[in-house]
Amino acid sequence: MKPLEVDIHAAMSAAYVHIPFCSAICPYCDFAVVAGADDRIERYVDAVVAEIRMSGRRRELEAVYFGGGTPSHVRPYLLGRVLDALRARHGIAPAAEISLEANPEDFGEERAEELLSDGFNRVSFGAQSFDDDVLARLGRRHRAEDIDRSIDNARRAGFGNVSLDLIFGTPVETGDSWAASLQRAVDLRPDHVSCYALTVEPGTPLHREVKAGAEAPDPDTQADRYELAEMILPLAGLDRYEVSNWSRPGRQCRYNLVVWAQGEYEAYGNGAHRFLGGVRSHNVRRLEAYMERIEVGTRPIAGTDPIEGWDVEIDRLFVGLRRSAGVGPGPGVESLLQTSGGQMLLREGIIEVADGRLVVRRPLLADEVHRQVLDLAPPQGWVESLNTDNL
Amino acid sequence: MTNQSRIRNFSIIAHIDHGKSTLADRLLELTGAVSERDMREQVLDTMDLERERGITIKAQTVRLDYRAGDGQDYILNLIDTPGHVDFSYEVSRSLAACEGALLLVDAAQGVQAQTLANAYLAVDAGLEVIPAINKIDLVAADPDRVAAEISNVIGGSPDDIVRISAKTGEGVEELLERLVEQVPPPAGDPDGPLRALVFDSYYDAYRGVVCYVRVVDGRLRSGFRLKFIATGETHDTAEVGILTPAAKPLNVLEAGEVGYLITGVKEIDRIKVGDTLTDSASPAREPLPGYAEPKPMVFSGLFPTDGDDFERLREALEKLRLNDGSLMWEAETSRALGFGFRVGFLGLLHMEIVRERLEREYDLDLVATAPSVAYRVTLPDGSVKEIKSPQDLPDPGSRVRVSEPYVRAMILTPSEYVGPIMELVTTKRGEVGNMSYLSPERVELDYQIPLAEIVFDFFDLLKSRTKGYASLDYEPADYRTADLVRVDILLNGQPVDAFSAVLHRDKAADYGKTMTERLRALIPRQMFDVPIQAAIGGKIISRETVKAKRKDVIAKCYGGDVTRKKKLLTKQKEGKKRMKMVGSVEVPQEAFVAALRVDDDT
Repeated sequence: MKPLEVDIHAAMSAAYVHIPFCSAICPYCDFAVVAGADDRIERYVDAVVAEIRMSGRRRELEAVYFGGGTPSHVRPYLLGRVLDALRARHGIAPAAEISLEANPEDFGEERAEELLSDGFNRVSFGAQSFDDDVLARLGRRHRAEDIDRSIDNARRAGFGNVSLDLIFGTPVETGDSWAASLQRAVDLRPDHVSCYALTVEPGTPLHREVKAGAEAPDPDTQADRYELAEMILPLAGLDRYEVSNWSRPGRQCRYNLVVWAQGEYEAYGNGAHRFLGGVRSHNVRRLEAYMERIEVGTRPIAGTDPIEGWDVEIDRLFVGLRRSAGVGPGPGVESLLQTSGGQMLLREGIIEVADGRLVVRRPLLADEVHRQVLDLAPPQGWVESLNTDNL
Repeated sequence: MTNQSRIRNFSIIAHIDHGKSTLADRLLELTGAVSERDMREQVLDTMDLERERGITIKAQTVRLDYRAGDGQDYILNLIDTPGHVDFSYEVSRSLAACEGALLLVDAAQGVQAQTLANAYLAVDAGLEVIPAINKIDLVAADPDRVAAEISNVIGGSPDDIVRISAKTGEGVEELLERLVEQVPPPAGDPDGPLRALVFDSYYDAYRGVVCYVRVVDGRLRSGFRLKFIATGETHDTAEVGILTPAAKPLNVLEAGEVGYLITGVKEIDRIKVGDTLTDSASPAREPLPGYAEPKPMVFSGLFPTDGDDFERLREALEKLRLNDGSLMWEAETSRALGFGFRVGFLGLLHMEIVRERLEREYDLDLVATAPSVAYRVTLPDGSVKEIKSPQDLPDPGSRVRVSEPYVRAMILTPSEYVGPIMELVTTKRGEVGNMSYLSPERVELDYQIPLAEIVFDFFDLLKSRTKGYASLDYEPADYRTADLVRVDILLNGQPVDAFSAVLHRDKAADYGKTMTERLRALIPRQMFDVPIQAAIGGKIISRETVKAKRKDVIAKCYGGDVTRKKKLLTKQKEGKKRMKMVGSVEVPQEAFVAALRVDDDT
């Protein structure tokens, strides 16, 4: 059987760059971020450039992703220096997807043009909502109208690939306001939309508020909101290709498809994660520690997690089942279908085997599938196949 | 040689907290048995649990030397008794070693049900009962009213009742004088063949079984070869002695005396409390009157939360049994709770104490099923089978009738609560019997009521409806046929044995509703709807549904999240593995515990 397009991404070369700086930290955020540290931006960019130079040479990059934090908070020429370093070290393919995350509050037309001339060709806005009450509750610094303006600026500068992030299920949101947010997002004709359920992550200010009695997001309400997105977005030509991601045909985020296809990706910056040579590893998370490590000439790796033997197959299912296309056949699929848990998932219509691929039919219940996958044993007679690349 | 006429053997009987232990302390002090300096509060209560709960579990005994107002020296043997209904058999065996009893009543609370029950036991045993009103130093004391109550119960003039404060010592001396005057001396034959009553025993890790004995006739010497008449066993007397309260070995215990006996026997089962000892060389012909073996009345399944603790639970039960011959159990397997034991108890307090000791002294984490009683089932072939576990109840087609144990319940209450109590008793299928006034304000009610109802929640309801003023005591009555059914609780169609209960048909609907509602709140949502049903046979009497989970997914799983999300989901998976599977439903252990917890949300 022929591999699907999603699987082809397993062979692509990708890189992630972490930009931790923000103007303020959103109360729900648990990423490696820092606010009020703009005086350290240049030093940080120097460190990232140095890290790129000390990293092993990769094949020409086909996907580059600047995430954060807020990459758009950093002046474009500094991001350009990072892109130049990547180009010098690995090369960047002419048709590569070069993406950055941006906040609507600081995306002027001039900035858009500069980013475009640096080489960026995809921008993903943290729109979150078009309901100003929800935006205020989320601690965002922009208003709904800023989103319209930012997208306008991006388009006018020449960005042909624009994405919007939305957050649903904030307690102040209503069903109507969510429907309106979706509609306004669709009206902006984005190429890509991500919808995330507001999640109370341990250690965040939101977590402390909820523990102190603030209303927590209700999972059933969030399920309703998700189902609304599932109805509205496809009508606008945006099809879901991952649990939380919808896009026009051909506009899926290539960098993320590499991750979910178990492809290799390099990563730079504090707290950044990579997957290379069968090993998942990540950098130190604290900004200062990261820079110090680089400045004394050591790689800033904080932890490694080799994926070996049977775990490679588990990992393939773990990342691959997030996608609507699911995963192709393999011993892990075989094993899952033999367990009573797997049978239950089939019976309840949560998973399905279609055209030889295992897919998750009810993405809202995907974690149960993932828990079962993590627990799978190799089927009887399974022998680790030799990886000839390593011989 | 001890002069029998100078011996007084007595017990103190009192309701919990009416000051028995404090009075015992005062007596010990007054007679110089324990110096004031060494006085530790409530010397006779040695178990931590006893001192903490203010109750006496194991009977103890102490010998006091007293010079009375007549200038003569007397030996007073105080034989302690437990204060609670569950231990009435222990009370009666203590009383069998006495000629007199001090009936101690709280000057504020007045006569309570347990006081009555134990006073009747003493009267029935032919003891001289000397009433005393305690705690007269309390602001709320009303000794005149209490005196009237007491004389209503046991007769005599209210003016003759001694009024004391065990706390301050006031009146205690007078009480001792009464004791010496009124309690008859022992009347055994000091030169006849040896007869001694074993009225209690306990296991000592170093010395083996220690018996408490009352010599009735003859002499008990150390070095003797003894015969236990009921068991037929013979043993050598390794040591005899008295408790002052410290053990003091003597060469001989004379007729009328009370003391301890060590034979070197290590297995408590080989010594039967109530047995009569005699000299194996020249045995007495007739044993002393014994008493009935206590029978467990309340049963509950005890399961270790951690299945690996099953053996530890068995060992702990065996150790407890060394000092508590009434404890009985058999192994039980529950699909929901795993391996455990169905344990028989004398009553609810006994059950509570055993559970607490298992958890506290043996560090066990237990799930206990709802307490039940022993039902008698008549089978089609006419035979009668006793069942102690709801699962053992045969289907309606395989049984002719079921009968359940009734108890005679005595309730003492301020008269204003008579109405609410009657109403309660009626809803609990009780039969109203006698009602008598102890005083214009206090009434004694006498009922016949199914034990199962008492075991269920009667105590709590009685307390709440009478603001805690009513007291209850009960004793086994008879078995009566009733319309009893087994209610099963089904999770996703699978019966959960731990939740099955035998109930009167009229109560079945309530139980079903309570349990299904409780479980709906306790069982986490699954990937599918989980019906929770209560059923009698094939008939569903109530139903709730745990709605399927709708959202169980991490919002983001990008390059930076893979390792972290794997860890998170693995942790969740481990948590799920600790759950019990009922069919395909995952039920956390805590849900079983919480559902079985009898709380007073009624």
